[in-house]
Amino acid sequence: MNLRSVFSFLAGLAGMLALGWLVFPAVLYERIPQPAQFSHQVHTGEAGMSCSDCHAFRDDGSFAGIPRLETCLPCHTEPAGETPQEKHFIEAFVTPHREVPWLVYSRQPDNVRFSHARHVKVGEMACEDCHGAVGESARLKDFQRNRISGYSRDIWGPRMLRIGWKPGEGMKMSDCEDCHRQRSVVAGCLGCHK
Amino acid sequence: MAAQAKIPTPPPQKQRRYGMVIDLDRCTGCGACMTACAVENNVPSGPPEADERKGINLMRVFTVRERNSRRTAFIPILCMQCGDRTPCETVCPQQAVEVDPLTGIVEQMPQRCLGCRYCMAACPYQARTFNWWDPAWPAGMETTLNPGVAPRMRGVVEKCDLCHSRLHAAEDRAAAEGRRDLNPGEYVPACVEACPTQAIVFGDLADKASEVSRLAAQPESFRWLERLGTGPKVYYRTRRRWVRDLARQGGAAPNQEVTRG
Repeated sequence: MNLRSVFSFLAGLAGMLALGWLVFPAVLYERIPQPAQFSHQVHTGEAGMSCSDCHAFRDDGSFAGIPRLETCLPCHTEPAGETPQEKHFIEAFVTPHREVPWLVYSRQPDNVRFSHARHVKVGEMACEDCHGAVGESARLKDFQRNRISGYSRDIWGPRMLRIGWKPGEGMKMSDCEDCHRQRSVVAGCLGCHK
Repeated sequence: MAAQAKIPTPPPQKQRRYGMVIDLDRCTGCGACMTACAVENNVPSGPPEADERKGINLMRVFTVRERNSRRTAFIPILCMQCGDRTPCETVCPQQAVEVDPLTGIVEQMPQRCLGCRYCMAACPYQARTFNWWDPAWPAGMETTLNPGVAPRMRGVVEKCDLCHSRLHAAEDRAAAEGRRDLNPGEYVPACVEACPTQAIVFGDLADKASEVSRLAAQPESFRWLERLGTGPKVYYRTRRRWVRDLARQGGAAPNQEVTRG
């Protein structure tokens, strides 16, 4: 084996890894901006709200998820601040009474069943344990849609290799399983699938 | 390791063994359970060529007549939720069948199923059906679908899972009140609820105080093909001697059984 073949092998390997880890994700995910901008930071900070003020449980224990427009209306029939984003939100959605078609970062595939009530009320977990520090984000990042599956990139998480993975980065089945295993919570397949 | 020690371990979950007792003397063969089952579990009606063999029925009501007599019995057959030796779980090459350690429900995962149908051959109760077509509903009917049940695609096997979406909903309601465990009667499959003569009693067989445990222990109660040792959790009961004899024989005595191939 001469030096030249070793070098060309390593160069080829590096090239293919770069293709797979850098180029492929960029091609795979389609970036879609949210229909309106929203600052969690302003709402949890200045306005002093908590997660459950907008992302609430229904009486039957199901989770309402992203709030509807009516949740925003008590404060936002008129602009509360002076930002152009808020002005756009009021002109495009509040005045014509149109629901905002939010793109949900953590939307799971159709065959997944997740009970927020069981995790938050019985398991006493915090929102941040799975969702990360969403409450401190100043703006909504672009929604990254997988062109093949249609799923959000947040299901896989931002780290392509998942090295140094932290809670709140990604919501794959293996992430659920890891947490369940650490806490010795048994579930059959249909415990989380439907 | 120090960080791992802090992870809270909740108390172990309650072990349940969901099962039912079907009173054959009350069954009128009306088929309400079949309809309720199909509606609950998003079972499409299928194309015109979907016959008894190729159509999807997670629950079927059979008619049994005694030889040389006019006596008739109606027998609803669903997945027997075999608890001791589960034939479909053993043969599945994909691990798409699993007996839930917590509930005892035999679960089928359509996303894992590759459609080899070994489980259908292995099931002594013929309680499994194969999806010969992709599901399709007439226009407008998709609004009536149950959001708690994922539709199954063409090429996979499906079966009764005791209305798992109803178990999920009951668990959600309990969790909203801060309870880990369900109260008896909170979770009831659709067939049990739909039966107009209340022929089906559903509950936790592990709970010795439950109605279903009491009925299952009575001498009028039996299970189909008990000699196979599959340990079904679906019991039947009847005061009619000939139906019980039929069940005990299971078609033929073990030593006279004809096996082919």
